[in-house]
This record gives sequence, C-alpha cells and structure tokens, in this order.
Amino acid sequence: MYDAPHTTERDVTQTEIKIAAKNVQVYYGDTHAIKDVDVQIEDKTVTAFIGPSGCGKSTFLRTLNRMNDTIDICRVEGDIRIDGEDIYDKRVDPVQLRAKVGMVFQKPNPFPKSIYDNVAYGPRIHGLAKNKTDLDEIVERALKRGAIWNEVKDRLHAPGTGLSGGQQQRLCIARAVATEPEVLLMDEPCSALDPIATSQVEELIDELRKDYSVVIVTHSMQQAARVSQKTAFFHLGNLVEYGETGKIFTNPEDPRTESYITGRIG
Amino acid sequence: MPAYWLFLIVLAIAAVGFVLGRMRALQSAKGDSRALHSLKGYYGWNVALKVLIPALLVLVVWQLAYPLYTNATVAGLIPEASVNDGSSADLVLAEVRRTANGLEAAVASGQIADTQARDTLADPVAMTDSLRSAGQIVTSELTTPILNAAQHYRAMGETGALIRTVVVLLVAFGGLFWGLSDSYKDFRARNTVEQTVKYLLIAAASIAILTTLGIVLSLIGNTIRFFNLYPASEFFGSLTWQPSFGGGSELGIWPLLWGTLYISFVALLVAVPIGLFAAVYLSEYASPKLRAFAKPALEVLAGIPTIVYGLFALLTIGPLLISVFGPDGAGWMTGTRSVMTAGIAMGIMLIPFVSSLSDDIINAVPQAMRDGSYGLGATKSETVKQVVLPAALPGIVGAVLLAASRAIGETMIVVLGAGAAARLSLNPLEAMTTVTTRIVSQLTGDADFASPEALVAFALGMTLFVLTLGLNVFALYIVRTYREQYD
Repeated sequence: MYDAPHTTERDVTQTEIKIAAKNVQVYYGDTHAIKDVDVQIEDKTVTAFIGPSGCGKSTFLRTLNRMNDTIDICRVEGDIRIDGEDIYDKRVDPVQLRAKVGMVFQKPNPFPKSIYDNVAYGPRIHGLAKNKTDLDEIVERALKRGAIWNEVKDRLHAPGTGLSGGQQQRLCIARAVATEPEVLLMDEPCSALDPIATSQVEELIDELRKDYSVVIVTHSMQQAARVSQKTAFFHLGNLVEYGETGKIFTNPEDPRTESYITGRIG
Repeated sequence: MPAYWLFLIVLAIAAVGFVLGRMRALQSAKGDSRALHSLKGYYGWNVALKVLIPALLVLVVWQLAYPLYTNATVAGLIPEASVNDGSSADLVLAEVRRTANGLEAAVASGQIADTQARDTLADPVAMTDSLRSAGQIVTSELTTPILNAAQHYRAMGETGALIRTVVVLLVAFGGLFWGLSDSYKDFRARNTVEQTVKYLLIAAASIAILTTLGIVLSLIGNTIRFFNLYPASEFFGSLTWQPSFGGGSELGIWPLLWGTLYISFVALLVAVPIGLFAAVYLSEYASPKLRAFAKPALEVLAGIPTIVYGLFALLTIGPLLISVFGPDGAGWMTGTRSVMTAGIAMGIMLIPFVSSLSDDIINAVPQAMRDGSYGLGATKSETVKQVVLPAALPGIVGAVLLAASRAIGETMIVVLGAGAAARLSLNPLEAMTTVTTRIVSQLTGDADFASPEALVAFALGMTLFVLTLGLNVFALYIVRTYREQYD
C-alpha cells in the first residue's frame, strides 16, 4: 500500500492508529457503564483490556463493532473512529462494519453446521468468493490461519459442534478471519478453555498480530502480559491507565492499577 | 348406612386421630415439644393417614367389587326361560335392578310396606300396580322370577351395606389404634409421613398410566370383536365406506383415512407457514412490549373450543369459499362443506400450537449463536435463515408433527365443516369425511351395539390411536436425536 521509502522513514515500533476512541460514554438504561474513555488502538498490535468483573471492558469492546446495537437499552455516546471514519455515523452500516471488525466470543459458539460451512458462512454472506474453488481456498486459508487446518482437513464436513472446546474456539477464530477483517476483537477467548487449548489460542493470537489489530479482553493478567504489547486497565467504567504492557505490569502510574495487578483489588 | 356417611365418619375418626396422636406424643415427651423426634403435627398426620388410607381403600374396593358380585349372583337366579326372544340377559338384569330400586324407593316413601316388598310369594301383577301407583318406572309386567330376583338383589344390597359399614369402621379404628400406639416421642413420625406421601404420589401417577392402559385395552378388545364379525382384509382393503344398519355394509377405511389425511394436510398447509412466521417475528423482531401483548393474544386462539371453530368453518369460511368457487363464481364447489372449509378452520386452530412451540424452540437457541453471526457481519434475516432456523429445525419439525397428530384426531371442526360423504377424491372443494366423524356417527346411531356397524368405531379409533401415537413417537425421536445440546 505504501511506498517502500515511505515506510522505512517510520520508527519500527511506531505503527499507525487503527481505532481512536474519544470521550466514549455507554449507558445501559440508567446505568452509566462506560465513563469518558479515550483510547487509541494501534494497528498490528495486540491490545489487552484488563480489569475486575463488571468494569466495562467487555462493554467497551462491543462498542467497537457496534454489537451493543443488538441490545435495546444500550446507548453509546462519543466518538469512535476506525481508520479515521466515525463508526457511529448514520451512513455506516453496522453490518458492514462487523465484517471489517471481527469478533470472537467468550464461549466457543460454532454454528450447528459443518466445519466447512462454519468458516464459509462469512464469505458466503458477503459474497467474497467467485466460485466453489475460490470458497474452498478461502476456507482452507482461514483454517490454516486459525491453526486448526491439520486437525480438521480430513473431516471438513463433520459438524463443528463435535470438536473439542479448544478446537471450537480456534474454529471460531478461523471463522472470524475468513471475512478478512482488519480488526479482531476477542472477548475472553480463553476463559472456557483448558491450559493446553489456552496456550494454543495464545500462540495463534501472536501469529494474528502480523496482519490484524487484535483487541483482547481477559481476566488473566498473566495472559495479558504474555500476549499483548499494549494494556488498558479499566475500573468501574473508567479507563484508569493505558500504555505499554511491560510498563503497566512493572511500573504502573496509577495506584489503582498497582493494587489490581498485585492482587489487592478486583 | 350410605357410603357418603361412611366416608364422613372415617374423616371424623381421622380428625380425632390427628388430635389424639399429637396429644399422646406430646404427653410422652412430658409436654416438651423439643424432646419429640419430629414436629408434633407429624404425629397427628401419622395417625390420620393410618386411619384414612386403609379405610378409604377398603371402601373404594368394596364399592367397585360388590356390585359385580351381586350382579353375578342375581344373574344366576334368573331362569333361562325368563329371557324372552329379542331380549338378552343384560336387559333382564337391568329390569331386575330397576325393580329393586323401585321397591327401595317405594318403601322409603311409605307407599309399600317393607314386609310386603320382601314377600317372595307376592302376586307380581299386584306388585306391578302398586309400584306404578308409587310413581316408579316399570316397563313391563313383572313375573315371579324377576320379582324374586329383584327382592334378592335388594336384600343383598342391604346386607352388603351393613357388612361394608362394619368392615370399614373396623379398619378405621384399627388404623387409629395402630397410629396411636406409634405416638411416642422417639417415633420417627416425619420420615413415616413423608414415605407415605411419596407412595400417595406414586399411586396418583400410576392411576394416570393405568387409565391409559385401560383405554387401550378396551379399544383392543372391541377391535378384536369387530374383526371377528367383519373381515380385516375388507376393512383395510375395500375402497368403499357404505354402512347400512340392515347388514351387508361395506366398511373400508380408505375413504375415511384419505379424508382425514387430506384435511390435515390442508390444515398444516395453513398452520405451518403462518405459525412459523409468527414465531420468527415474535421471537426475533418484535419489541418486548409487543411480544408481551401479542404472544398471549395469539395463544387465546388455542383456548377457543373446537366447536366454535366448527361454527366458524360452517358459517364464515364455507360461504366465503362458495362465493369464490361456488356456482356464482368458478363453479367448482357445490356445498359449503368441503375439505378446504374444514382444513382452513383447523389450520387456524393449529396456528397457536405451531407458533407457541416454535417460539419456545427459537428462544432456546442460545444468544451466543446469534452474536456469532452478527459478529461476522450478518444481517438479522441472514442470521434467522442460516443460523437460528437450522439450529431450531429439529424442534420445529417436532412441533409440526405434534400439530399433525392433533389435526388427525380433531373431531368437532370436521363434523361441522367437512361433510359426511365418504369419498376418495383429489378435489379439495368436495365434501369428504374423516375417521373421527364416522366414529361419532357410528356410535350415536341406532345400531345394535354388538353389530359390526357400531363396533367398527373401535377399529377406526384404534387406527387413529396407532397413527397419532406413531406420529408422536416419531416427533419425539426427531426432537431428541437431532437436538443440538446447548449447555
């Protein structure tokens, strides 16, 4: 996309801003769930949202692809831009947006269809494949990106619900990747998985960083430390601190962050 | 003593037992209720249940068994000669019972002296007259054997009542003493009462199951009687249904089965799309407010008695169809009664059935499934079509099959809407008839109950039963086998 000299002029660690959120407020009915959140999420980076339960990290994640629109009582205010485009603008189709901002959920939720159809679901509804061979390629590529191709290549037409929990979650990641998103949101993707499956998914997240901006909500501070480059700490609906993961975990500025990561609150 | 009084007395003994049992237990603990094993109420219930259950059980068994015994005895007293031609032992026995009841009532009202009523040598003609003048129903002149049998019947009834009273009261008091002797402080009254209640619950469940079994057995028995009189090959092989009460009927089931299935098919054609779409709208699109109003409103349809749907079919749907397809319109339809008339009304009846079940099933599809689809950029209708409905499909198929089995068993709508002509035709605007309507007409007619024309109703009923049972089992099988396990 860019000319080679242009890129070399940049600082290698400095990547461009993918998502810029300013002054975001979210209300559930009368509850003020997210207060004045300002955050800038970088491209090709894993950003972790940590914080105690009910602090609003999942809610904020869901505002990034307008999943909160499906909840009637939820109201979002403020300015969220992806690549400089206001995603809450009236002209933006939330359905198109969600194709661009993929999401992986807490519990693996494969559709009651075959593995192949699970992955082909997104490309099919968005018309990404010209023909069957094309679709086959997209599915294969997505399953390889989801690091599950070798396990399922011989049973693509077996039901996706028959896989193990970790495989299901990787299938869901492959499914999200298949629509060629630019941002991947993950809402506690490992909380329903055992340690082995967790480490597989974590490796995968690190792989995905090459191509996507990944935002992951997690309850596990070790996981945040392992997979992310940037960490945001939420508390009671406020973004308390946001910065380099290493700095947040070793030298936090805010006393609340320190209390949380040392286990005194949360 | 009438059974009613006996029942009240047993209740009274149980109430006294309750109070006494509680008191005795408390006394054994020297008035300190904390020393009792159970709360003091349990000691009362222990005694009351020990009085009630055995005594009432004896009473019920007696009430069921003793009439059978008296009937058998009295039937043995009636000489063969008293059974006239064109009559049967059952009819004579009925007359004996009627006479006995007449005697009883006449004695009770003082119009016949008790000694006179018992006089075995009394003149039957004079007795007939005095019974008639006492306002009792006497259908024919009494004869000495019948009068004697009636007198014997009456006497047996009296001694029976006496024995019953004595036995039931003995059992009740036995229970009372059994319960009271248990009422000391270390007795585990709570456990005993709870055990007993458990057995009562088991008994209630078994009664429901045994009744079903009884119904099936009586159906099977009468079906076998029918097939002894009428060849099964004709019943299942003939294509004509032409019962004639004079004999020589043709009783082929196919025209009826065809009518039943055709009307059910039309009904499902109406109910399934409307019901399913309504369910999709209500569960996926409607706002909670609208849903809270519309779902109960739709279910009101299910509360309408089917006879009202029948009237609706006959008075509204039929004339409407006639105005379109009748002689003034397309000219394909001759009468208001037709497969379409009944089918549409039945379809309307089934809408809430399909929609309510499908709605529940669609709601059971986890939200995570929808979120996953939305998260991939699917629209609402893509999500419904490609994720929600496929996930709910086994349940929906089950709901449709259950609706089909209701349609097949439906009676009142087809009695009014479908007509009475047994016909094998493809034209949905023609009158046809169903298995259920024929059961009604065969059993409510004047036919002798022992004739194949009446007994065919049981064979028809059995066919329906097997059909709907099969459908239900198949529906449950589909639902269980293909249901996705969401936790």
